[in-house]
Amino acid sequence: MHSARLDRLGLRFLALAYLAVILVGPLAIVFWRTFEHGLAPAWNALSQPDTIHAFKLTLIITAIAVPVNTVFGIVCALAIVRRSFPGKGLLNAFIDLPLALSPVVVGLSLFLLYGRQGWFGGWLDDHGIQVLFALPAMVIATIFVSLPFVAREVVPTLREIGDEQEQAAYTLGAGGWQTFWRITLPSIRWAVIYGVILTTARCLGEYGAVAVVSGRLQGQTETATLRVQERYESYDFAGAYAISIVLATLAILVLVALTVLRPKEGTS
Amino acid sequence: MVIVGLPLAALMWKATSDGTQSFWDAATSPEAIAALKLTLATAVLVALLNAVLGTVTAWVLVRDNFHGKAVVNAIIDLPFALPTIVAGLTILALYGPRSPVGIDVTYTRTAIVLAMMFVTLPFVVRTVQPVLEELEVEVEEAARSLGAGPLTTFRRVIFPNIFPGILSGMALAFAKAVGEFGALVIITGNLPFKTEVASVYIFSRIESGDSTAAAAVAVELLLISFAALLSIGAIRHLATRHERA
Repeated sequence: MHSARLDRLGLRFLALAYLAVILVGPLAIVFWRTFEHGLAPAWNALSQPDTIHAFKLTLIITAIAVPVNTVFGIVCALAIVRRSFPGKGLLNAFIDLPLALSPVVVGLSLFLLYGRQGWFGGWLDDHGIQVLFALPAMVIATIFVSLPFVAREVVPTLREIGDEQEQAAYTLGAGGWQTFWRITLPSIRWAVIYGVILTTARCLGEYGAVAVVSGRLQGQTETATLRVQERYESYDFAGAYAISIVLATLAILVLVALTVLRPKEGTS
Repeated sequence: MVIVGLPLAALMWKATSDGTQSFWDAATSPEAIAALKLTLATAVLVALLNAVLGTVTAWVLVRDNFHGKAVVNAIIDLPFALPTIVAGLTILALYGPRSPVGIDVTYTRTAIVLAMMFVTLPFVVRTVQPVLEELEVEVEEAARSLGAGPLTTFRRVIFPNIFPGILSGMALAFAKAVGEFGALVIITGNLPFKTEVASVYIFSRIESGDSTAAAAVAVELLLISFAALLSIGAIRHLATRHERA
């Protein structure tokens, strides 16, 4: 029994050391570095106009991408679970693809599609519409990388609840919309909320795809994550750390929200 | 389909528009090959490290009990929620030029492995944990009371059950590590033939206007991602065959 106890303590130590070395240690140092000279440097770094602009831009992109992906995710999940149509397997595979793709590959694909020599580039250029190196491309890139989260949360819930209640509503004369709002949506709401939180986190943190399509123009197409890199490479470590702390705090809030929501998912 | 399919079609078209010969030349240039080799080697190493350390962590989270376990459990998901650029910065804060512990891995391959480990940390833990939770502790105790040592118990009882979980977690970690960009861009220094990984190679080719070279390597990455996705699907299929039979 004694050796089993030792094994257990050894494994516990190994697991905790692993987490400390890879995850907790580095994060703790960032927090410490940011505030080692008090709050003032961090505050000054965050109140630079370009930094404020970067955060605003990130919020605007997130505010567009999250609702789009929420609607799209629910529609896709309903299509995958409740309907059968040719190409369903393909849709299923395509939904997961953004999770496995490198963000740089995503960025490059959009760059080639909307760039001057791309398929749409010429037409857009002729009509004076700026997509690449402007907000539209950044929004599209963010939608691309955060596409799967809502659908992936909703699909298993839809499978689990079955369609008896929906069938009953139809039999009682409810239309498609009415059934969706009154029956389907209330029963998948926790899955949707969970998916929305994950999508938001992904949108706020997107870096690679946006780095390619934004052109990284300071004060114009620079998002919060791009700003972290720009500050770091200009040796403004206080600035880079301060922005990182804000983003990390948001990530921690996301974690807290997910942890609080998880039990409810089981009971609803 | 429009959001995902069309851009990828544009990518394929660009990669092959100048003919297969120039695609092949761009895809097999020495610098591209070096970047791909480095990416694959580090991603495989990271997947293996994840398999061992992730399994240990999952076991501790399920079978062990200590104060603060719930917090540790919640922290595991942090790399999912944290922006990757912040992940890179955090690794440098502890293991970079101003390291408080005197370790500086900037511009080395060790930095690549550390950053990849950071961003892939949750995958194996989260695929193995639910399987361990379902596996009753009595089975392990029965094996022990029949005289099996801890290693035999693990090898004969626990491991066969969690193996599919470990594999699919490894495949996910591998796919993520192969494509990782944000966490690597500021810490590797992007030295060709030394610390330049595939995603960074693609990015630098785009910046210098050579989108054919970028597209060629991007297609290679795309194929690797597809392969990883397919193998995850295959593992799930195999792992659930007895449930469907």
